[in-house]
Amino acid sequence: MASTASPATSAAAWAFAAATCVKLLLVPTYRSTDFDVHRYWLALTHALPARQWYTDASSQWTLDYPPFFAYFSRVLSLPAPLVDATLVSIPVPDAPPFAHLLYLRLTVAFTDLLLLLGSVLLLARDARRRQRPFLALVLVLWSPALLAVDHVHFQYNGFLMGLLLLSLYFLEQGWDLAGGVVFASLLCSKHLFLVAAPVYFMYLFRHYCCGRGVVKGLGRLVLMGSGVAAVFAVAFAPFVYYGQMQQVFNRLFPFGRGLCHAYWAPNFWVFYIMLDKILAFLLRRLGFNIAIPEASFTGGLVGDSSPFAVLPKVTPITTFLLVILAMTPCLVKAFSNPQPKHIIRWVSYACTCGFMFGWHVHEKASLHFTIPLALIAMDSLNDVRHYFLLSIVSCYSLFPLLFENQEYLIKVMLLLTYAALMWVGFTSHFAANSDQEGKKVNRPGSTVKNGFIGWVGLSYLLGIAAIELWSQVFHHHVFGDRLPFLPLIMVSLYCSLGMMYSWMWQLVCIVRHT
Amino acid sequence: MAKLRKPRTSAVDPAAAAAAAAARLPWHPPAPPVPTALLISLAALLVRVLVSVGPYSGQGAAPKFGDYEAQRHWMELTLHLPTSDWYRNTSDNDLAYWGLDYPPLSAYQSLLHGSLVNASLPDAVALRSSRGYESPESKLLLRWTVLSSDLLVFFPAALWFVWAYMKGGIDVSGEERREGWTWLLAMILISPCLVLIDHGHFQYNCISLGLTLGAIAGVLSRNELIAASLFTLAINHKQMSLYFAPAFFGHLLGKCLKRKYPIVEVMKLGFMVLGTLALVWWPFLHSYQAALQVIYRLAPFERGIYEDYVANFWCSTSVIIKWKRLFAIKPLKLMSLSATILAFLPSFVQQVKSPSNLGFLYSLMNCSFSFYLFSYQVHEKSILLPLLPASLLALREPQMYGWFVYFALFSMYPLICRDQLLLQYIAMLGLFFLIYYSPGGNQGKRLKVSCGAKVVLSLPFLCSLVLNISYLQIEPPKRYPFLFDALIMFICFSQFVILTLYTNYKQWMLDTHSRSIGVKKDL
Repeated sequence: MASTASPATSAAAWAFAAATCVKLLLVPTYRSTDFDVHRYWLALTHALPARQWYTDASSQWTLDYPPFFAYFSRVLSLPAPLVDATLVSIPVPDAPPFAHLLYLRLTVAFTDLLLLLGSVLLLARDARRRQRPFLALVLVLWSPALLAVDHVHFQYNGFLMGLLLLSLYFLEQGWDLAGGVVFASLLCSKHLFLVAAPVYFMYLFRHYCCGRGVVKGLGRLVLMGSGVAAVFAVAFAPFVYYGQMQQVFNRLFPFGRGLCHAYWAPNFWVFYIMLDKILAFLLRRLGFNIAIPEASFTGGLVGDSSPFAVLPKVTPITTFLLVILAMTPCLVKAFSNPQPKHIIRWVSYACTCGFMFGWHVHEKASLHFTIPLALIAMDSLNDVRHYFLLSIVSCYSLFPLLFENQEYLIKVMLLLTYAALMWVGFTSHFAANSDQEGKKVNRPGSTVKNGFIGWVGLSYLLGIAAIELWSQVFHHHVFGDRLPFLPLIMVSLYCSLGMMYSWMWQLVCIVRHT
Repeated sequence: MAKLRKPRTSAVDPAAAAAAAAARLPWHPPAPPVPTALLISLAALLVRVLVSVGPYSGQGAAPKFGDYEAQRHWMELTLHLPTSDWYRNTSDNDLAYWGLDYPPLSAYQSLLHGSLVNASLPDAVALRSSRGYESPESKLLLRWTVLSSDLLVFFPAALWFVWAYMKGGIDVSGEERREGWTWLLAMILISPCLVLIDHGHFQYNCISLGLTLGAIAGVLSRNELIAASLFTLAINHKQMSLYFAPAFFGHLLGKCLKRKYPIVEVMKLGFMVLGTLALVWWPFLHSYQAALQVIYRLAPFERGIYEDYVANFWCSTSVIIKWKRLFAIKPLKLMSLSATILAFLPSFVQQVKSPSNLGFLYSLMNCSFSFYLFSYQVHEKSILLPLLPASLLALREPQMYGWFVYFALFSMYPLICRDQLLLQYIAMLGLFFLIYYSPGGNQGKRLKVSCGAKVVLSLPFLCSLVLNISYLQIEPPKRYPFLFDALIMFICFSQFVILTLYTNYKQWMLDTHSRSIGVKKDL
């Protein structure tokens, strides 16, 4: 076993090291205000006692992640005084020196180790995936979307995704209790993963507790409940003790925000808004008196008044119900036949539902399902086709995040390289496998090449190039400075087509095959 | 050739097959070749784009700035002045401030790039007023001109070379033809020194080296006339390309002599070279004076035999023999010229005697190394020239190439630190050696080195590691402020000498080797 493990392990280390080199080169690139946010949190958790973490207002970037993330910040800040004492002093300096930037960037690259661990464990488990784990691993570690969000824009998604993959690994392995506990700690680090909770609940309830008799089942239910409760207790107990739960809750769930982020995440609501605009336009043409809504989506600010002219207003409850409704087929499957081998697919689907129908979704949330899906992308040719499309759409939808000129070529090259990598890797993978299985195919490459994504998929992807060309070159020539939001809307709309397809494909796949 | 060959696993043992598959890279066969080449090129371009985010030489360092300002200044000059004034000191062209000192093709390239920059950011290349112009936009634009030159010149040349190499330019085994070409292409394209100097420090070496590489590919694929023309263009972009001239001359001469009508062949090549030269120099050929003015600008002998701490013979020995103090410029010129000729003569003679494609590659390396070590006015950046043929030999001499790249990078370490490209240096070094030791590849395993040899070999390596850190952390003693620079120079010089002795030996051994094979065949 050692002989088979060593090349795979060294290959994993190799891929991670190569990614780290690229991350080093990304250090001096643009960073968003999220960088200031995390820099402030680092100083906050180091300089102040826990009692003040959720009450300190010395910066506009208040802590709005659950306590485990604050603890995580605290751990990351421990070696900071060795580098520079001003790194962890409050108030934080306005313009960070290069050493601060380097330190924070390196913490992101370092905590990506958890992502490496999670994906290596998951890939080493399944015999089928062992055929070529290297490619699947590379798909995760070199994901351009992850590089752009974590190492340019600045977030710690690699670490959080690592936690998610770790919990998925435990579930696949059959260690349900560990999986549940890890997922609970993920929730206590970033509560956005709550969308996956129904699937987890259903699966754990059926797989862990049911089918073993009433007494044992109840015992297991209590065990799981206390395990998860313990995690939440560790996270929130100090703040309950300080009597700050209301404050923490307000920070975590700012429902004052609108249905969509300033830049619309490519999900279902883009269609809804566009439909509203078209209807309003048509009805106005027909002579109806349609008032222009006071609140507008492009402005980013949404008050109490409805931003829709014709269609009914959408409330958080509506979106919540829609998410649950969309998730139902998956929940039914998880309830009726809880099998560990499908858990990655189910959890990814749940995250997709949250992304498609959720309230105030960020475009970055598409990472939450593209990363796990990368690990199962090599399972079948259909999976490959779907992942190829999805990863490109998901990465392209992140393009507006990096809006400065300097990063333009970087994001384009990252995406192109990744697409070429997938193309080469997938074609050679299936060519190699058809060779190994001894199928009588005259030219192994050709069948895969012709049927790889099909002409619909290909023309859709070429459409992305057309959209990009329009927004970069022609928009300016045609409209000048007018309609500055049109390119963004086009990107959102076009990407939401692809996302919609991905959601439906996953739904069909789950209904048919799990 | 004794080589470690992986046993064919598929029939034997499923576990071993799984292990082999696990270690196989996505771009290994049966990956389709064209997309694979595209993937490697895209990755190489991505690396360049990433490095170009970093600072350039002389960023914010008024009043003299650095190479970035030089290139920008040339764009400004060529854009606004008539051709006759490019190389002349006029009221608009102060030669003391980054005067144009590269041949006309460089000037045309500046003109082209200048007009591109002018179209979107006229302020950056306005006459006189733009001196020391620095802004994020101008940095980006100028970086993009380097990137596009690299993409348009160096990349196609590298692809052509690998194609010619595998098509039988060099003897390769079947396995190498199937699997080795991706590695070779990556080694040529992701050469850390070239990337750092062009896209970090800011220069256009990719053009002259790309033209040279195209010429080499032309020689390998038997398009000698194209090769001659491309190489002439390379010389006309940077006169440093002359480092390769003896190898080209020797190889082509040797080939012509082997043919039926040697005189006609030589004449054809000669016309090609002269024709290309005439085309490039056309604007300066109207008078003897104008041409001489350009040539005078190209050979700045007054700058001394060496600058800074370059790891060549003159600079390294100057610790003991103060060349600059002992001799005037004239005898020094003569000495360096004769030393250089002596150094490349063996390699040159070998190519005239028995020209072969592989021997040509070795000869390119040996000739350029002899110029680097012995010629007049060498920069530390000139190590890029011997590095190019070394990268072409990477499949033949993987150990040599890895060793060379490491010390070539190390020899530029003080320059890198001055340019504040340390982060990029570390990342490029890491990336290069990761690709060099990529899993599944059998590079780096070929040579069995004995334990004692390993210790000896790792000594300079350890020294360099220590120096890397001490250069940054320890203040040198007041009496010797450039102590660490000098130590770096010594280590690199010693390695370079060993390397070039080795490659010279290899080149001469090729001859006896092929002769012995020929004898065997006859038997």
